[in-house]
Amino acid sequence: MYGNDFPADDTSSGLLGEVEAAETALREAAERGRHGAAGADPAAYFAEVIAADQKVEPRDWMPEAYRATLIRQIAQHAHSEIIGMQPEGNWITRAPSLKRKAILLAKVQDEAGHGLYLYAAAETLGVSRDELVDLLLAGRQKYSSIFNYPTLSWADMGTIGWLVDGAAIVNQVPLCRCSYGPYARAMIRICKEESFHQRQGYELLHTLAHGTPAQREMAQDSVNRWWYPSLAMFGPPDTDSTHSAQSMAWKIKRFSNDELRQRFVDMCVGQAEVLGLTLPDPALCWNDERGGYDFTQPDYAELMRVIKGAGPCNRQRMEHRRRAHREGAWVRAAAAAYAAKQASKKEQASKKEKVA
Amino acid sequence: MTAHVEQTGPEPVPTAPGTTSAVPGMTPAAPKPVTKRFEFVLGLADDALVAAQRLAEWCTRGPEMEEDIALANIALDQLGAARLLLTYAGELEGAGRDEDALAYRRDDREFRNCLLVELPNGDFAVTMAKLFFLAAYQVPLYTALAGCGDERLAAIGAKARKESAYHLEHASLWVRRLGDGTDESHRRMQAAVDEVWPYLHELLTPDPAAPVDPATLRADFDSVVSRVLSEATLTVPETSWTPAGGRNGLHTEHLSYLLAELQVLHRAHPGASW
Repeated sequence: MYGNDFPADDTSSGLLGEVEAAETALREAAERGRHGAAGADPAAYFAEVIAADQKVEPRDWMPEAYRATLIRQIAQHAHSEIIGMQPEGNWITRAPSLKRKAILLAKVQDEAGHGLYLYAAAETLGVSRDELVDLLLAGRQKYSSIFNYPTLSWADMGTIGWLVDGAAIVNQVPLCRCSYGPYARAMIRICKEESFHQRQGYELLHTLAHGTPAQREMAQDSVNRWWYPSLAMFGPPDTDSTHSAQSMAWKIKRFSNDELRQRFVDMCVGQAEVLGLTLPDPALCWNDERGGYDFTQPDYAELMRVIKGAGPCNRQRMEHRRRAHREGAWVRAAAAAYAAKQASKKEQASKKEKVA
Repeated sequence: MTAHVEQTGPEPVPTAPGTTSAVPGMTPAAPKPVTKRFEFVLGLADDALVAAQRLAEWCTRGPEMEEDIALANIALDQLGAARLLLTYAGELEGAGRDEDALAYRRDDREFRNCLLVELPNGDFAVTMAKLFFLAAYQVPLYTALAGCGDERLAAIGAKARKESAYHLEHASLWVRRLGDGTDESHRRMQAAVDEVWPYLHELLTPDPAAPVDPATLRADFDSVVSRVLSEATLTVPETSWTPAGGRNGLHTEHLSYLLAELQVLHRAHPGASW
């Protein structure tokens, strides 16, 4: 009843095609089966699996640093989904039509679902969801810095779908080919839903951009505020990125931050034209030689400040999450106590049965 | 304007789409030309809409992540039912009002929801008490509608009763968990039942002329409620206070705040499409 009635467009079909190709590759790799077995030298076997583009599975031996990198990355991704519910959750009760309310509610619900898949994928690496949530609440694990920006107007629901989900997809599509099987499989499912989210955001923004002057202004203001933070979602420039080289060798990561950022800009320029909105970068210009757009880099000093906690909403987002966790403690305790009572009743009943 | 009679089909549209129901030249005290069925359907629609709005307030605040998903899901079901019912109510009225005109451009005195759904969420126990009683009412209500003579209402009832059955299962489980969980949860759950209980009277107030007379739902409602409360080790409150008025547009102080939030953006841009 909600959200399925948009006309089809092809804004993200290229990326969706890549997701499908990754899914096919995953299936084919599984059918080929892996050569040999771990044997006496698990490290050599791990290297062979990576080299052959096969998937590493939970019970396989893996270098501790590989495991730690994946836990950090998957947890950060899961936390981002959960914290990322807040900026959009901010507008559910004020959505301007019942159809939009239903779509937004469904979208935020999807994000909670993504968070849960990802925590489950992280758990295959030997860490529990509770531990990861504690690390988030203690401020010892991060989430995407984009969610530390406020949603100041309804148009932000469109821009988050178009630019923020768009940037997330560009980042995540290559992860569908990540060397760690459970993460790759989770990403395939997530990317398909994210692609739908992006389309709905684009459609929302298109409606505003072609609406009343006030709606159009709201849409342009929103794009002005979100453009550079979206570019910053790809992380620091390659020259400053600390985790990249090893992650690329392990085939966790497959393209550099700057490559993905360029791909995103190239994708957005044409879409902005169709929307009739202006990307707030006077330097934006096609470079024939490079075959891509030249553009102004985001302010990486700002990105670092936001990552370190000084963004507009860091404190608010964390306090909101901590409060929900704190206020829910008595409910979780009650559920555990009830389950224990039920289990002990069941046990007593089965003892009686045995005696009888 | 002539007096409207009971009917099932849409009437000729007397005003342009999107206009409100205010009729120029009539005294403010004059009753609006509405049918009995319109009022009935609007009541059910408003129950679902206001319940959806309250449940959606929980989004990102649930006691666990699974519950965030469950509450959003239930809110979506209620919203879906509200949209179908509002659309039908608009057609019955025949004044050209669609689901958004009815949801966004009526004031609290024109809403017909029961008081139960507009009460603030309170803690998780209050929310579960409200949801439990609402679902215990909606399950037999939608089941009865599914067999009624009005095809549209029957179709909506057939769809919504399955969803309500899940809401009832979910809320019943929480009422049992909280009632028979820890000392604190028992105390909170009992307090929640005590707080909400007086508002149940309004749900089952007899209305023999309605497509489904709420009084006929009492047996099913009582049986589910007494079974679950007993399993949850909770006691049925004794009270003679029976607040009501929602079906006549006389609400608690809470509703106009809820509507202010729901309607603020829509009303700030008259005539805009979204």
